Amino acid sequence: MRAPGGSQGGREAVAGDILLSVEDVSLSFGGVKAVSGVSFDIRKGEIRAIIGPNGAGKTSMLNVINGFYHPQQGRITFKGEARPRMRPHDAAHGGIARTFQNVALFRGMSALDNIMAGRTLKMNANFFWQMLRYGPAMREEVEHRHKVEEIIDFLKIQEIRRTPVGRLPYGLQKRVELGRALAMEPELLLLDEPMAGMNLEEKEDMSRYILDMNDYFGTTVALIEHDMGVVMDLSDRVVVLDHGIKIADGTPDEIKGNQAVIDAYLGVAH
Amino acid sequence: MLYREAGQFKTSYASDQAIFPILQDRIGIVVILAVAFTLPLYADDFIVNAVMIPFLIFSLAAIGLNLLTGYTGQLSLGTGAFMGVGAYACYKLTTIWPDVNIIVWVVCSGFFSAAVGAVFGLPSLRIKGFYLAIATLAAQFFLEWCFIRIPWLYNENISGAIEVPQRELFNIIVTGPRATAETRYYVVLCLVVAMTWIASNLMHGRIGRTWMAVRDMDIAAELMGIRLLPTKLMAFAVSSFYCGVAGALMVFLWYGGAEPAVFNINQSFTILFMIIIGGLGSLLGSFLGAALIYVLPIALRFGPELLGLHMHAATVEHVTFMVVGILIIFFLIAEPAGLARLWQIGKQKLRVWPFPY
Ligand SMILES: Nc1ncnc2c1ncn2[C@@H]1O[C@H](COP(=O)(O)OP(=O)(O)OP(=O)(O)O)[C@@H](O)[C@H]1O
Ligand SMILES: [Mg+2]
Repeated sequence: MRAPGGSQGGREAVAGDILLSVEDVSLSFGGVKAVSGVSFDIRKGEIRAIIGPNGAGKTSMLNVINGFYHPQQGRITFKGEARPRMRPHDAAHGGIARTFQNVALFRGMSALDNIMAGRTLKMNANFFWQMLRYGPAMREEVEHRHKVEEIIDFLKIQEIRRTPVGRLPYGLQKRVELGRALAMEPELLLLDEPMAGMNLEEKEDMSRYILDMNDYFGTTVALIEHDMGVVMDLSDRVVVLDHGIKIADGTPDEIKGNQAVIDAYLGVAH
Repeated sequence: MLYREAGQFKTSYASDQAIFPILQDRIGIVVILAVAFTLPLYADDFIVNAVMIPFLIFSLAAIGLNLLTGYTGQLSLGTGAFMGVGAYACYKLTTIWPDVNIIVWVVCSGFFSAAVGAVFGLPSLRIKGFYLAIATLAAQFFLEWCFIRIPWLYNENISGAIEVPQRELFNIIVTGPRATAETRYYVVLCLVVAMTWIASNLMHGRIGRTWMAVRDMDIAAELMGIRLLPTKLMAFAVSSFYCGVAGALMVFLWYGGAEPAVFNINQSFTILFMIIIGGLGSLLGSFLGAALIYVLPIALRFGPELLGLHMHAATVEHVTFMVVGILIIFFLIAEPAGLARLWQIGKQKLRVWPFPY
């Protein structure tokens, strides 16, 4: 899957600046500790995998990063600024986009409209022009349609642009959701199990899109994935969570040989 | 073979983004408009006054509710009251400043209704669905109470009702008992056409997408940078604007006067049934629903008579109730997207006809 040159099991390290850092973050729901004292960072331009067994706290970590949950403890620094409490739409303004573990598309809308919705923040024609659908409103609509068509071409979903997404098969829904996130031209893209429930071929396609997107648009990616083959192929660095605690952090090669990780995955009692 | 886009290639995104990209649809719209604008030339006063004017007004109110419930997913039972706000606002405005053009006041009354709607939309940030419906029900009862208990609203009339004064536009009598059905019809038609066009523009652009995004998946919408509260409040305001104008039109250009009971909870339910049957989230559906709910009973009442059958008024009423009830249940179960969806399916079939595969 990986372009030639990348050694087996890992990509050449990307030595970018730190885009996001998570320091000592803890989050609990009532008595359940979903994340406890986790620290790691994401560098500009890298693909950073977050892995761990079910219930490890991976999704919760993403929810903290984009502001759905506020950690009880710890600090998150994005683009050099420590952020206080932040709402999801602030994260969107800041340049963080996201796909969901269970597809969260706008089911009643066409694929095209879903992806156009991803451009919302970049559009600003006022109510008056929107009412007339003329002048700035129409210009803006066409301009963003061009951008969206580029994404549609990139993801090869030309055939389904007019289909209401509720009627698409699961694999295509995941692809449209990726398109919608891409339309935001994010600096940091959080992907929560983008390949769950896909067959091998679909997984290969999706991996291709993630790599290309990272190469061509320079999008930084945080990727949650259960398929180890995919993780090893795609990611620059991997952080491993188990029971809300970080148990390992390093390159795919380092992770593969890590005893704690092997134990966590084999279910050794601790 | 007649209805298809074959050969109609889009040469630019602008034309592809057009609201009616298919030529046949555009012709259809032109024909409908032509019929609507020439109707009084060949239809009698009864059709114009008792069928077409109310049909258009109900369609407008249904569009209003559809913007909120169908497009933004916020269930409201306060439609009747929001229409009432428009009607009473228009009445106060035109009695305080009689010299201002009545059409201006009809449109302005929409802003009053929009403001009231936005205030009662505030709970929508915290509550959804059924509970929001209950909150809007509170609005319904509170506003109805105002219409009855605040004499200032109906200028201390002893009857407790509002009576529409005579107003002229370019020396033509538009409102009041002496206005002709034809004049009133044209005023209503122009407003409804303009406002439908605006609603369609809004729903096909950024605003429509943000509303539907909030309806379909509010969490993901927030993540696109859409702020939920302003979006929902705007939907409440725009929706109530439409309902308010519909209410003002109802009193000023159809009834000629009104009691508070016109704007009671039954009115809210009537409009809600219209959009359920017509199609949630469809402007066309708003018209179809209004036609079915309002025009069907008239057809049932006068249809048999035309055929020489005589039915008791009570029988007709019961039959109407049953038919409407069955239709509502049918659409809720079988086709939640309403008549508009059936129309879509029909068009799709026609597009591939005669080779279905
Ligand atoms: N909203 C919530 N309320 C209560 N508990 C929650 C909530 N969200 C997550 N949890 C709990 O937090 C823990 C971590 O859940 P999380 O969804 O982050 O795991 P995950 O690593 O994404 O697992 P999976 O691989 O199954 O997706 C679990 O024990 C879960 O039950
Ligand atoms: Mg998860």
